[in-house]
Amino acid sequence: MSLQFMITVTLNGLTLAALYFIVASGFSLIFGLMRTVNMAHGSLYMIGAYVGFAVFDSLYASNATAGYAWYAGLLAGVAAAAVAGVVMQVVFLGWMQGQELRQALVTIGLSIIIADQLLAHFGGNPFQFFAPDALFGPTPVPVIGRYSTFRLFQIGLALAVGVGLWLLLNKTRLGIMVRAGVDDRQMLAACGVNVPLIAVATFALGAGLAGLGGVIGATAQPVALGVDVKFLLTSLVVVIVGGMGSIGGTAIGAILIGVAEQWGQALFPTYSVILTFAIMVAVLAVRPQGLLGRTGR
Amino acid sequence: MSLMSRSHWTLTALVLAILVSMPLLLPDFWLSGILGRSLIYGIVALSITFLASYGGFISLAQTMLAGIAGYTVAILAPTAIPASQSAVSYWLAMPLAVLAATLAGAVVGLIAIRTRDIYLLMITLALAVGFSLFAQSNIDWFNGYEGIRNVVGPELFGQPFRAHTVFYYVSLTLAALLYLMVLYVVRTPFGLVLQGIRDNPRRVAALGFDVAVHRIAAFAMAGFIAGCGGVLITFYNIGITPGSIGMTATVNVLVMSVIGGLGHPVGAFIGAVIFTLIDTFAATIYDRDRFNTLIGLVFLGIVVASPDGVLGLGKRLAGRGKRKDAGDGGTPH
Repeated sequence: MSLQFMITVTLNGLTLAALYFIVASGFSLIFGLMRTVNMAHGSLYMIGAYVGFAVFDSLYASNATAGYAWYAGLLAGVAAAAVAGVVMQVVFLGWMQGQELRQALVTIGLSIIIADQLLAHFGGNPFQFFAPDALFGPTPVPVIGRYSTFRLFQIGLALAVGVGLWLLLNKTRLGIMVRAGVDDRQMLAACGVNVPLIAVATFALGAGLAGLGGVIGATAQPVALGVDVKFLLTSLVVVIVGGMGSIGGTAIGAILIGVAEQWGQALFPTYSVILTFAIMVAVLAVRPQGLLGRTGR
Repeated sequence: MSLMSRSHWTLTALVLAILVSMPLLLPDFWLSGILGRSLIYGIVALSITFLASYGGFISLAQTMLAGIAGYTVAILAPTAIPASQSAVSYWLAMPLAVLAATLAGAVVGLIAIRTRDIYLLMITLALAVGFSLFAQSNIDWFNGYEGIRNVVGPELFGQPFRAHTVFYYVSLTLAALLYLMVLYVVRTPFGLVLQGIRDNPRRVAALGFDVAVHRIAAFAMAGFIAGCGGVLITFYNIGITPGSIGMTATVNVLVMSVIGGLGHPVGAFIGAVIFTLIDTFAATIYDRDRFNTLIGLVFLGIVVASPDGVLGLGKRLAGRGKRKDAGDGGTPH
């Protein structure tokens, strides 16, 4: 096994981890504040990818607009997922706050409907975004020669999302309120904060991150039916491993799972899923609340 | 303490008598396409309802356990395509399959031993989807995406297992036995401790019961039930594929349990019948291709309007009616 091979596989793992982090951080954020397990998180990813691609495709067809088609698609995908998330929270989840299982069941119902409606409107053919010129093609990288620019950009974007979330949660008023809500919702409401509004904002942010992941993921690899399940599963495993509601934990979980998945596929292709689950089971056995999860909520 | 009240027994016997006489009344399509199918999926739904109703655990791993039994019987089946090197008689393959599901159920219980509620739901879902992805990517044992075909089951009384009447009566007998087993077990000391764990695990532990062992045993028993259903489902579908145990299948069985109502084991079968009817006649009610939207809407409607399912809805309606009739007796529930 050459050094070149090892670095390439690890880089593949890290770029995959970057995508996982973007998607799972939204899942974790929503869970952290509202204790809502959003089983439709993968569906929000699909909404981002499909709506983003519809906008991208219409702009890309013309030479005049092709230059910014990807950026417009990105914005549209994030916005569509965020709006869908807000609708979910306002119409269904908000008023059943505290009934965690019922919320999970509702989001399962929604995910069935969303997947079927997306299929009805956009058809089942796989599609893929073309990365904008600035991110297209390879970039020289020491030792391995060159590596996909877009995949390196994924890592940068994930870092930006991570730092952005940290700043938001730790340095802004909204972040302070969100963290207070995680600790004690009732007390926060008693302090005069409009908790339902904070919840809607958090849901929009978390759903928007799923949509962002959808566009990024659909640029790196073609999107086909069934990705909603894959990314729901990934989000679940990443936050189970990393710890629910912790951004740092999500990052560690995403790196572990992403790198393990790529190494698993490189070394024993047909058993790579088992490696992922071995990690999950091992973490659960030692720390049921996840690596960085807090005990005693 | 008896299994059920006398009126419950009468009702159960009546329903059973009607079901037993069904082959005389219904065409073959209804017999195996609607009733038989409802019974076998209802058995898997029963394992969810058993855990939810008496243990307070919502497990999404039950379809996976049915799948483990299905794959075990398919791998060992003498008629399977592709032919297996480890083929044995169906009469050995079936108990081994149920045993495998029971053990796997215990393992799921062990993995999820320190988790509850929503965490349990997440972990069991992750396990279920992971297993289906594994079956899909593994050629050596599971024949990958194609799955294993031509698993037809043994001959019974000189007839093929899948003959409509044979299949129907086997499914009905097994469903009735498992249903009664659940009702019996929850009255035993084991079942009572389980319900204690559901209500307050700390107090049960303080009374000196081993909560962990009881939980694992409950999951093993649910695995046994799901395994019985899984073997029948594999015969019904004449084989097994990763798609038949994936996310959609997992959610479908959950939908059955929830539509019927998680409060009582009978809800599993009520939900299975409703689901099968919608599944079969969706084309005439709504657009054939948009069956999933329809089932999603029904599920959403039930969860939003009546979290305890049709059973809870019926109970509330009956309760209202009873009040109007000024203690007329009413139908027992």
